[in-house]
Amino acid sequence: METRTRSFPLPSEVGPVPGAEAADSMYPYFTKVGPEDDARFWFYNGMHFPEPIPAFDAITAEAPYISLGAYNTRVFVIPTVKGIEHRIINGRVYISAIPITDPAEIGARVPHFEERAFYYFGKWEELYAQWNKKIKVLLASIESIEVPELPEFEDKAVVFEGRGIAQNHYLIERYNRAIEAYLLMWQYHFEFLVLGYGAYLTFFEFCKKAFPEISVQMVARMVAGVDTAMLRPDDELKKLAALALETGVDGSFTENRSAAQILADVETRGAAGARWLAAFEEARRPWFNISTGDGFYHHHRNWNDDLAMPFSGMTRYISELRAGRTLERPTARLKQEREQIAAEYRALLPGDAERATFDQMLGLCHLVFPFVEDHKFYCENWAATSFFNKIREFGTVLARNGLLSDSEDIFQLNRYEVGMALADLALSWASGVPAKGTRHWPPIVAERKAALAKLAEWSPPPALGPVPENIQDPLLLMLWGITSEQLQAWAAPPSEGSELRGFGASPGVVEGIARVVRNIDEIASVREGEILVCPVTAPSWAPIFGKIKATVSDIGGAMSHAAIVAREYGMPAVLGTGHATKRIKTGQRLRVDGTSGVVTILE
Amino acid sequence: MATARAHVAWFEELGEDDRDVAGGKAVSLGRLTAAGIRVPPGYVVTTSAFRQACTAFDPGGTIARAVEGLGADDESACRAVTAELRARVEGAPLPGDVENAILTAYRRLCDTESAAEAPVAVRSSATMEDGSDASFAGLQDTFLWVRGEAAVLAAVRRCWSSLYSEPSVSYRRRLHLPESAMAMGVVIQQMVDARSAGVMFTRSPMTGDPSLIAISSSWGLGSAVVGGEVTPDEFIVNKITGELARQTISDKAIRHVPNRATGGTTEEPVPPEQRELPSLSGDEVKRLATLGRAIERHYGRAQDIEWAICANGGNADTGTEIFLLQSRPETVWSSKETRLVETVSANPFANVLAIFGAPRKE
Repeated sequence: METRTRSFPLPSEVGPVPGAEAADSMYPYFTKVGPEDDARFWFYNGMHFPEPIPAFDAITAEAPYISLGAYNTRVFVIPTVKGIEHRIINGRVYISAIPITDPAEIGARVPHFEERAFYYFGKWEELYAQWNKKIKVLLASIESIEVPELPEFEDKAVVFEGRGIAQNHYLIERYNRAIEAYLLMWQYHFEFLVLGYGAYLTFFEFCKKAFPEISVQMVARMVAGVDTAMLRPDDELKKLAALALETGVDGSFTENRSAAQILADVETRGAAGARWLAAFEEARRPWFNISTGDGFYHHHRNWNDDLAMPFSGMTRYISELRAGRTLERPTARLKQEREQIAAEYRALLPGDAERATFDQMLGLCHLVFPFVEDHKFYCENWAATSFFNKIREFGTVLARNGLLSDSEDIFQLNRYEVGMALADLALSWASGVPAKGTRHWPPIVAERKAALAKLAEWSPPPALGPVPENIQDPLLLMLWGITSEQLQAWAAPPSEGSELRGFGASPGVVEGIARVVRNIDEIASVREGEILVCPVTAPSWAPIFGKIKATVSDIGGAMSHAAIVAREYGMPAVLGTGHATKRIKTGQRLRVDGTSGVVTILE
Repeated sequence: MATARAHVAWFEELGEDDRDVAGGKAVSLGRLTAAGIRVPPGYVVTTSAFRQACTAFDPGGTIARAVEGLGADDESACRAVTAELRARVEGAPLPGDVENAILTAYRRLCDTESAAEAPVAVRSSATMEDGSDASFAGLQDTFLWVRGEAAVLAAVRRCWSSLYSEPSVSYRRRLHLPESAMAMGVVIQQMVDARSAGVMFTRSPMTGDPSLIAISSSWGLGSAVVGGEVTPDEFIVNKITGELARQTISDKAIRHVPNRATGGTTEEPVPPEQRELPSLSGDEVKRLATLGRAIERHYGRAQDIEWAICANGGNADTGTEIFLLQSRPETVWSSKETRLVETVSANPFANVLAIFGAPRKE
């Protein structure tokens, strides 16, 4: 690959952030920059890691790259690409793909790939049905992990039933089980994903040849499913809103009440209240396990952890239903529209061979897409939020024994350090003395919290190292919205102009007032009719999509779930602008053109 | 089909077989009219009228022989002969039945428009133009906003005489085309007093993408856009969804408008407050794109379309009315079109090797 004039700093040139020196000890050695890294091109994975990562959360970088690379390099033997390397620089994750360019090596891998990948495509539905079962087994196993108490004396049963195992063993064993379950979730996550995206990208590239100016968005519209698990939680809120009106408990839902107050009020409403509460319990068990972020950070809680988002959503939906609006997604129309668009593009192809190939490719996309869309709910949302909740329970044990001052502090230790702290606790409980960690960890935790606050002020360069002449890597384009043009734009010094460019991810043009939301805790500040400007949009924000006029993000491709949801809401979206949260201030008037991907700051 | 010996034929009477008597442009307008597309009404002065007039202008065939005797590169001789010939074609008396046919049709056009002297566009409709041999296109003339019987007759004769312009004659000499094979129809069509006008390709002019429609539009008559005298607004529309993919609104300094005093058209500055306004509304862009798609479907291939939007001629419901002035096959990208697939893959999964199986070259 040819390189052009360097326009991003080299990894080795990025210095530490003053006041954040403690960050150096937070992450494993294999995440640190080495001299050989200057030769490669890296880009900031801000889509998954928009904030500096606390020490423990570095597992969400380690685990996915363990499995993604394994599937590419070793399982499916993808001929042209191996894994993804990651480095953590000032708390931000930078990644670099490892391409294979030697034709002999590619040639030697092709037959293995064909044998393995085609087997998976051929048995996709059967294997995916199997996946659906095993992911649920895994979810149950995470939820069933019991974090042991460390009692003064062991339960008598240990003696009288001859169990012969003390609780401090389980402390370590259960923690290891939680970590293993999480690593296993990521294995499942990538089992189908790379092949699924490959099918999609093949179709995308074909469309690009036939229709050179076709947008990612339009290809997505031909492929995307209508009934997907990621849209289900929001649908459940709409159903519960309708049921509240039907049963007459809607009066309990008012804007100024908390979720707990609403629930308590519903409970006073006799049989009607009981009926609604039963439906609520049934809906929340699977479907409220959706993260208010995207599940990559421990503080991305799910709806069950914090009912504020779903209850404000339901309150809103109830008032819309009262005003006579229909909330149900017009799935039949969406399906029909999807088929019609595909049929009309197909008709414009030059010949029958092209049409037959188009059918093959689109057919494969429709086969693989249910997984591509639904896995996210089970993996990043349900499994990840359950896992972090389980880790919180270990935090509670450590805090109770004085190794931490607060259970949440466990996330300031990386996963290996948590193992050490638990070993320390197991030893000290066994010895009958206070743990050494009671002196060791609290100052480290305090330093790291301060360091993270400093790191949050740092503006990470969008990329590092020499820019390849062309990085039209379809995976990067789809998932991260990275194109050569985008990189050139990012590399350019931030302009004083009033325009930002990104991906037109959902069509339409609107003007409105900006609300910049840098993290999900600020989401409650969004007012009716504003334009949401955020680092990355998570699909679980859908309940506020009805409230906002448009969305603009720093990071994100047209295949991201935010794009799909925005299209369904008919709300203009420009994603992957690079700098929107820095360039735009809350209160500024914006024009968002979700078709051309241009955001204009009007004042 | 038009009667072979008729001197004029209305658009709606023309069929594909009339190319020889009416010329390509007239036949195209006939097909569009027949397809129910809003084309300003009009008729064609046929090649039969042209031939009869030529016989009257040149009873002994001396014109034809003089032209055929010219050397392809003999510029001064060509200049002298063509000047003489044009004077005869524009000045000699017209055969009475030809003149009568042209004027009777013109009066009928005036009646349908309820105008005493309906403004018309008079354009050549060559038997070779607008078709495969694009290089011959443009050698003939167009006269806009022609009003009154005398002006119409003069414009028809000037179209005919354009065949004896120096470029036209030397073109025929270079190709050794016999003068006897040369013929021309002349289209006389009600003129739209366009608020905005322009051209539309049913492909992307940049990449040939067949899923897009590109509209160029400016204020006033379309001649300013076609002649490249103004930087038009550009609207790129998705042919399938009708969504606007992108638009560029230009500073449109001038416009062509009818010269109501003398006939013909005049260039004038666009009022300052109007220069940078879009020359089409969103709804008009949509309606044009729908029309473009319908025309492309009708012909079964990509089209290059001239259109105009009339502010005051339209009905009250829509506010404005779109007229189609001309449509011809798009030639630039159609001729470059290549197949994407040689053979359909036997294994439908093998297509993914395009992504995973070869190093990515850009």
